[in-house]
Amino acid sequence: MSTLVEEWSEQVRAAARSGAHLAIRGGGSKRFYGGEERGEVLAVGGYQGIVAYEPTELVVTARAGTLLAELNQVLAERGQWLAFEPPACGPTATVGGMLASGLSGPRRQTSGAVRDFVLGVRILNGLAEVLSFGGQVMKNVAGYDVSRLMAGSLGTLGLVLEVSFKVLPLPVAEKSLRFSLGEAAALEKLNQWAGRPLPISASAWHDDVLTLRLSGAAAAVTAAGRTLGGEALDDSAALAFWQAVREQQHAFFAGEAPLWRLSLPSLAPCQKLGPTFIEWGGAQRWLRGGDPQEIRRAAEMAGGHATLFRADAALKAAVGVFQPLSAPLARIHRQLKLAFDPSGVFNPGRMYPDL
Amino acid sequence: MSSATGLPDQRFTVDRAVLISRLRAVLPAHALLADEEEMRPYDCDGLTAYRHLPLLVALPEDEAQTQAVLRICHALHAPVVARGAATGLSGGATPHPDGVVVSLAKLKKIVKLDPLARTAVVQPGVRNLAVSEAAAPYGLYYAPDPSSQIACTIGGNVAENAGGVHCLKYGLTVHNVLRVRGLTIEGDVVEFGSAALDAAGYDLLALINGSEGLLAMISEITVRLTPKPELAQVVIASFADVRKAGDAVASIIGAGIIPAGLEMMDKKAIHAVEPYVNAGYDMNAEAILLCESDGTPEEVAEEIGRMTAVIEKSGASMIRVSQNEAERLKFWAGRKAAFPAVGRMTPDYLCMDGTIPRKHLAEMLEAIGHLSEKYGLRCANVFHAGDGNLHPLIMYDANQPGELERAAAFGADILELSVRFGGTITGEHGVGLEKVMLMAEQFSTAEIAAFHRLKAAFDEAGLLNPGKGIPTLARCREYTQARAGNAAGAPGQA
Ligand SMILES: Cc1cc2nc3c(=O)[nH]c(=O)nc-3n(C[C@H](O)[C@H](O)[C@H](O)COP(=O)(O)OP(=O)(O)OC[C@H]3O[C@@H](n4cnc5c(N)ncnc54)[C@H](O)[C@@H]3O)c2cc1C
Repeated sequence: MSTLVEEWSEQVRAAARSGAHLAIRGGGSKRFYGGEERGEVLAVGGYQGIVAYEPTELVVTARAGTLLAELNQVLAERGQWLAFEPPACGPTATVGGMLASGLSGPRRQTSGAVRDFVLGVRILNGLAEVLSFGGQVMKNVAGYDVSRLMAGSLGTLGLVLEVSFKVLPLPVAEKSLRFSLGEAAALEKLNQWAGRPLPISASAWHDDVLTLRLSGAAAAVTAAGRTLGGEALDDSAALAFWQAVREQQHAFFAGEAPLWRLSLPSLAPCQKLGPTFIEWGGAQRWLRGGDPQEIRRAAEMAGGHATLFRADAALKAAVGVFQPLSAPLARIHRQLKLAFDPSGVFNPGRMYPDL
Repeated sequence: MSSATGLPDQRFTVDRAVLISRLRAVLPAHALLADEEEMRPYDCDGLTAYRHLPLLVALPEDEAQTQAVLRICHALHAPVVARGAATGLSGGATPHPDGVVVSLAKLKKIVKLDPLARTAVVQPGVRNLAVSEAAAPYGLYYAPDPSSQIACTIGGNVAENAGGVHCLKYGLTVHNVLRVRGLTIEGDVVEFGSAALDAAGYDLLALINGSEGLLAMISEITVRLTPKPELAQVVIASFADVRKAGDAVASIIGAGIIPAGLEMMDKKAIHAVEPYVNAGYDMNAEAILLCESDGTPEEVAEEIGRMTAVIEKSGASMIRVSQNEAERLKFWAGRKAAFPAVGRMTPDYLCMDGTIPRKHLAEMLEAIGHLSEKYGLRCANVFHAGDGNLHPLIMYDANQPGELERAAAFGADILELSVRFGGTITGEHGVGLEKVMLMAEQFSTAEIAAFHRLKAAFDEAGLLNPGKGIPTLARCREYTQARAGNAAGAPGQA
């Protein structure tokens, strides 16, 4: 075991004994997300390095503190990438934080999310045990799928030490198209197109403009471009646009009004709850401001859920960051937390107040 | 389990008469089987080496009846084993001698198919292929296609996180399921995932996939449907050397191609399949590779060109490309019939399911060859080459004393080797009863203990499929000690 991991184990044991809390921090780029950090900061950014990378196996393994930018760079050199386009939310983003926050980018609608690409993890649990789950192979059903469970768990189940991801080749060709469409019409089109074998890899609607990105083999992208019509964006403008969507640098995301993320069935009708930005073929809808109770109710009615993605601490504390769970689910969540972190050492309150 | 009989360690004391009378009150008369003769067809799954009669078999006809059965079993502390189509190959649905088999076979309604949303809501007993058939008129299908897809159920697929020959590109069950509605052993309804792409809280949907009936009873599933590609074509390549075939796989992926399917078969498998299916396979080849491309006609033409170039360079002795849909299906029919074809050559066979990093393939096949000689048992190999998932089919005759034990030891050696190569003991068939002891090969005692705590978070009483999936800590210790004793002569070291 590396000395760093030994030190952390000792810190975890001490915290468990004294009832203290530890706030796991990678690069701090996603501190805005989830409940407020509580307890002594456990900085893991120093635990860096790509442990194994074999392009022909489509697998990369990295320590949790590795900079996301570095990982992206190393993969790009071999013509590969993390196909779920994780947003970094800043230059300090680490691989561990990316996994723990579970955030996926524009390509999620077709490629899948962080959890779909996780193959294995090594973690330090609340009993200060180093445990490995999953592995470095594509298919693995030995034991429960704890690796995927870590995605989006916000560090509440343990400290992620190392992660293995499935990687994919970069698309050969890309092309972005723009259409003038109102919200309802855009939603209808997006759902219709998604039912056809078209290489649509991302979509963004805002202010009566729908932007589509096509990715894949050159022949497929060209053919789909002809089928769909619209107005083509030039390549550099397209790149800048999708980067801005992925990193929430688009003008829609500026300013102080609370930012809500609604995860809904792609067919859910227009919500008419405030200024809206739609991604993932209709399945991810961003909202500015609005009445928290009304937003949560609307999301639930539509078959989805609402997350208070960015807001000040007071509002987050008042309404909670994540949609409340049903009673049986809440019970399973508490029991799972106890199974991994019985003394409640890690990131208390980062996800739900009682976890 | 105790090795030869497959009987679980943990026994339960259940008053059968009380159980019968309480279940009769909540189930129609024909939905509860209690006679030995009636229960006989339920005594095993696809792993026929282990058979036990359960106390009772319940065949609920809706979710409410299923819920009522669970509540009664919970109250009477009776183990519950869920059963789909029983095509499972690891003994996941093998009955517990003190428990109730709950067959979901009667819950086979497609509740809703929404072509615009590209989803289908199905009951757990719906067959895998039935979903694709129902979706076909809309140009959609359900992507995971296990070779057993005519028979196996979506509930069983979720419980095993089943794969198929197209999962390198289209994903496993876990990637194609949006929502699972489940019942806890207490009978509470829980929704894992949602009709959206994610749900609030922990990703419990990921845990339910592959949970082998140990965490919850699955009562409804929402699956994602995929648009059918306009065209698919498959390249079939022969190799005079398995190593070259293995290298071809790495070269294809190295060239940035993700084939829609990438499968390999060795000579024994080809010779089992060809006389049975007449798929047109090259009987002189040491290995054949099936490599599929799908998409728009332009895309497929471009990709097939690149694939054949790479395969040629890897030293294939013969390359053919399917010229029409009928021929494509014929090429695949051989691969999909590999298990029954081998089944014709031998009274019994065990199907192994290790996954390894692909670079170790040639080494693995050589080691299997040596083990085959050592144990005096034939073995054919089919391989989901794209994702490193190997299915050695070990042939034996259960009526010959000692052969089952030899076959099991052969299989265990292969799986230990898989772990040593950095892989896993099971890629898609599950641990079940068969590989429960081998879990100790892959996981430390602390990791096994963590699995037990995780299970208890869902099923505190430990009534859902006890004895499967995760070994008791006592068994782990025994296993580790026995292995340590044998270490000097451990197979696969050679
Ligand atoms: C010829 C052949 C080919 C095969 N090919 C493949 C393949 O290509 N890929 C692959 O992955 N597998 C394959 N299999 C294995 C098997 O078909 C799969 O594991 C399948 O998913 C099992 O489905 P089933 O309905 O038969 O489940 P069963 O065998 O009945 O049950 C399997 C497990 O799931 C649990 N279970 C079943 N239903 C439920 C439910 N509703 N709720 C909770 N738990 C439940 C059972 O308790 C058991 O543990 C093959 C098997 C055969 C015989």
